[in-house]
Amino acid sequence: MFYSLLITLVTFTTACKKEAQPEFLPGDKGELVVEFDNIVGGTDLQLNTGVYTNAAGEQFKISMLNYFISNIVLTNEDGSTYTVPRDSSYFLIKEENPHREIKLSNIPAGNYTGISFLLGIDSIKNTAPVGERTGCLDPAGDGAGMYWTWNSGYIFLKMEGPADAATSADKKFRYHIGGFGGYSSTTINNIKKFNLAVPAGSRAEVRKNKAHGPVIHILADAGKVMNGSTNVSIAANTTVMFSPYSVNIANNYASMFSVDHVHND
Amino acid sequence: MRPIIQSGIFQVLTIMVGLVLMGAACSKNGDDALTPMPLKVPSNFPAATYALDRNPITKEGFELGRKLFYDGLLSRDGTISCGSCHIQGSAFTHHGHDVSHGIDDRLGVRNSPAIMNLAWNRFFFWDGGVFDLDLQPLGPIENPVEMDEHMPHVINKLKQHKDYPALFNRVFGPGEINSDKLLKALSQFMLQCVSAESKYDKYIRNEGAQLTTDELAGLTIFKQKCATCHSTDLFTDNAFHNNGLTPTLFNDSGRFRVTLQPQDMHLFKTPSLRNVARTAPYMHDGRFLNLQAVLDHYSGGIQNSPTLDPLLKPNGLPGLPLSDTEKAQLIAFLQTLTDDAFLRNPILAEQ
Repeated sequence: MFYSLLITLVTFTTACKKEAQPEFLPGDKGELVVEFDNIVGGTDLQLNTGVYTNAAGEQFKISMLNYFISNIVLTNEDGSTYTVPRDSSYFLIKEENPHREIKLSNIPAGNYTGISFLLGIDSIKNTAPVGERTGCLDPAGDGAGMYWTWNSGYIFLKMEGPADAATSADKKFRYHIGGFGGYSSTTINNIKKFNLAVPAGSRAEVRKNKAHGPVIHILADAGKVMNGSTNVSIAANTTVMFSPYSVNIANNYASMFSVDHVHND
Repeated sequence: MRPIIQSGIFQVLTIMVGLVLMGAACSKNGDDALTPMPLKVPSNFPAATYALDRNPITKEGFELGRKLFYDGLLSRDGTISCGSCHIQGSAFTHHGHDVSHGIDDRLGVRNSPAIMNLAWNRFFFWDGGVFDLDLQPLGPIENPVEMDEHMPHVINKLKQHKDYPALFNRVFGPGEINSDKLLKALSQFMLQCVSAESKYDKYIRNEGAQLTTDELAGLTIFKQKCATCHSTDLFTDNAFHNNGLTPTLFNDSGRFRVTLQPQDMHLFKTPSLRNVARTAPYMHDGRFLNLQAVLDHYSGGIQNSPTLDPLLKPNGLPGLPLSDTEKAQLIAFLQTLTDDAFLRNPILAEQ
């Protein structure tokens, strides 16, 4: 009696679910957009004009902010993950560009609540044959200026700007941070991995045939490049490129990204 | 009328299909017409390290690479080509220049290295910062004291050139010129810069050459005191060592610059000794003007330091003691590494 009741209940429940309109079907694919909104502290980054103050008390402007985002993985609300195919997972974000968003297509329909990515380029791509360096990875193409030709490897983050405290002849600080761990002998590794959750209660709803994919809106705080576990003084470190000190800046930028919100329409 | 029209259309289609097939056949023949120019591996060499299957050398690709190698177009103002600092008669070094002399008379900080037997090279530049021949030309092209150009500009200049688009299409098939094709063409030329026809080679391969008594004595000393680093018939171990040079005011940190590891401070890549009699001046900064000065350094000028290679302290003290006779015999042997066939090979010269 008990079992037959249970079976009836199960059948009834299943039947109810079947009657509801499914939001998406297995095999559906859709688009998802990741927007990188560069800020400094609590204000929108104003290239060349905004005046900011670092934790060391030095004023500066930002005339260039470029960084590589790669190896994107999305986390579904059911706990499963979707890894964006490797060769479609390298992006160069430039503040000087009008659009600072990544459009991911062919994403399995579903509700996503987390995103992980690297700031930087993994060692495999850093050592890849020249024929596999296309688009933003092409030193003669979109990747121009983001590659060290004398010490083969990509510059992961490039931030420059004028500052009175700078000791360089042109009074500009230059932070060119890279280092993938070395080809044949170990050296610094400034690749940073980010695991970001969307705010509680929100989710990115990827659906087939949606006019606009859901947008995960990420805030990228360029102020964090200078402030954090090491408060960088422009006067003491006007130029930081491939050097041991660059590790401090990478440790700072390891907390520069957060998801602000998600919108689905 | 209708059947006739249909028949007419059919005929036109037949002709079109025929033309397409002919076109395909022609372009196929065009591809086939590329002449393979595989790398010849000398019998006394180890296996090549360059991934030749990724960039099969053809005569046409080699010739395009040669044209690019000798073309100032690769520099900002058209004045400096690869061949400016890599002169064939000096085994593609910059004879007489301690450090490379680039655009606007700007000086680099290091001696221009030889271009030879690069298919066997595992590292490029004195500090080994580049690990793939295909990525090497980016260095001098973009270095402000060498060619001071930007790769996107180079590609644009090539695209607008009267000859290059057709040459690239011929070698790589139709499509836009890009960095992949440019760098692979340059590699095809440089890979064919093989030096393996010296007197020593003909002696070691039993091809009829005999070494003199002094040259043989030099070879014996060489094997005892030099061949650990200048190893194999490539005369390099493709590794990095501190050979006891007193740092100059510039204080070139060498391999450290690439690895940031303290044990790599002042280490430099072992250069090959092939054609060494033609590649003066010597060392990463060209500080020694002749081979005698080099041997005087190894026998009596080595400066101790925390990273000095232990091989240069065989008795606990810095230096590889060499008598004047031994130095003369070593120099006699080193001169057997001169390869005139390579230094004068007309196909490697600017055309």
